[in-house]
Amino acid sequence: MLEAHRPSDWAYRLFVYGVGGLAILFMVAPVAVGLAMSFTSGQTLKFPPDGFSLRWYQALLDPAQSAPIHTAISHSLQIAVLAVIGTVLLAAPAAYGVTRLKPAASAAVEPLMLAPLVLPSLVYGLAALIASGRAGLSPSFGLVVVGHIVVFGPLMYRACAAITQRLDPSLEEASALLGVSQFKTFLRVTLPLMLPGIFAGMFLVFMQSLDNVSVTLFLADPRTTVLPLRMFQMIEESLDVRVAAISGLLIGTVFLCLLVSWRVLEPRRQH
Amino acid sequence: MNRNGLPFLLPMLALSLAGFVLPLALLGVFSFVDTSGSPTLANYQRLFADPFVLSVLVDTIALGFKVVALTTLIALPITLLYWHASPALRRVIVFLTLLPMLTSNVVRTFAWIVILGRQGPISQALVELGLAPAPRSLLFNETALVVVLAQIELPLLVLPVMAVIARSDGALSAAAQTLGAGPWRILVTVLLPMMAPGFLAGWVLVFAGATTSYVTQSVIGGARLIYLPQFVYREVGVLFQWPSAAAVAFVLLAATSLIMLAMTAAARHPRLAGHA
Repeated sequence: MLEAHRPSDWAYRLFVYGVGGLAILFMVAPVAVGLAMSFTSGQTLKFPPDGFSLRWYQALLDPAQSAPIHTAISHSLQIAVLAVIGTVLLAAPAAYGVTRLKPAASAAVEPLMLAPLVLPSLVYGLAALIASGRAGLSPSFGLVVVGHIVVFGPLMYRACAAITQRLDPSLEEASALLGVSQFKTFLRVTLPLMLPGIFAGMFLVFMQSLDNVSVTLFLADPRTTVLPLRMFQMIEESLDVRVAAISGLLIGTVFLCLLVSWRVLEPRRQH
Repeated sequence: MNRNGLPFLLPMLALSLAGFVLPLALLGVFSFVDTSGSPTLANYQRLFADPFVLSVLVDTIALGFKVVALTTLIALPITLLYWHASPALRRVIVFLTLLPMLTSNVVRTFAWIVILGRQGPISQALVELGLAPAPRSLLFNETALVVVLAQIELPLLVLPVMAVIARSDGALSAAAQTLGAGPWRILVTVLLPMMAPGFLAGWVLVFAGATTSYVTQSVIGGARLIYLPQFVYREVGVLFQWPSAAAVAFVLLAATSLIMLAMTAAARHPRLAGHA
């Protein structure tokens, strides 16, 4: 602050506040554009739109016009919910179990649990297709769910491990001294403490599953249409403005979820 | 006190071995056999002898590097703004980073079609300013694809760097300031080395995301630009060339891993990390 009048300092401030602000605008603007586009009254993707209307939302909700989209949304929601349940059941206990291993063992297991995060999911989609074909399974709804659990399990695992690695062991010791079995201790003592991590993991897995293309592309049968691929088709075929309405719905959902978690979780984090 | 973690770990471990390790091993085996099942190197020989496949591979890796470079240029001022921001402003910046990150990739790709399309704001502005004679689409070229992928992958680079900043304390930069260092000097000698681990973690994610984003590459790049995801999908879905697709996927995996290892090694290099 002593030498704030030096030209290099002015340049630095311009870089940080001017360019930084523009860069944030670049990062966020497309989301705002997607939302604004969904309220157009026009027939095309002209932006800025000529007028405001809810016609594309009406078209999207109309079962007569948009039945295939509804089917795709329903499939995607089912897959996402099942993936969330699967990752909670598998990854949350694993995140606890790994902290109760000998250090050498947990150091060996940890990278294996996290590996699907860094692998390009396209490579995994192909590998899973080949492996399931060898096992005599053809692409299906169930395979997509299993694929999503494998690929997004690490997200749940990481969110829970952030908590289990800091847990105070004396809580469990107290429970053990009172003669409670390890499993009951986990359910009654450890699991409640893990809930913030589980909720964060559920949110991440749900959003990622809803958006996934590369795993679904390989593992889904033709009847299992999903929302992102349906949108992809609609964009490729006709630049259908209903895609804007779907975008508006998805952006609104993310915005609301973020706002809620921002209000609910943040004050606690500041102690 | 004898607590055993293994029973809690076993279900996920089983899924990981059967659903992840085994398929990848099979993919590896598949890339080394021919259609009758006997071992061969032909799949790889064919790949590396085919100039089209080689160009797809080189284009894909080049695309990854271009997107990493552009996201780095854009992420730096954002993370510096975060570094200088008050706690309240920091929360707003985190919110504005999470919002696009959690918004579906397909939705963001769609928004870019609106922005770069013939009737979009940029095309209209070019006509108004007299820089273009008539409205035209700015889509379907590599520059547009790099810009769009940079926007889509940007939060994956910004967040890890902000996480590193949030954990650091300002003592080092305050000390440098007391000793008379200007802001640019502090940026290069204190802040950049401090942020390097965050950038490294982000680069890996950005590279992996940019090279494998099937939808964005297809929609923004158009039909004439072919990258590995489209190529792999065509081999499998249209031509049923599984062994050759497996070989391509394995080359992609190997290339990605090598580049990630190189980035990690570079970040540990004393000239890059030694200042901290």
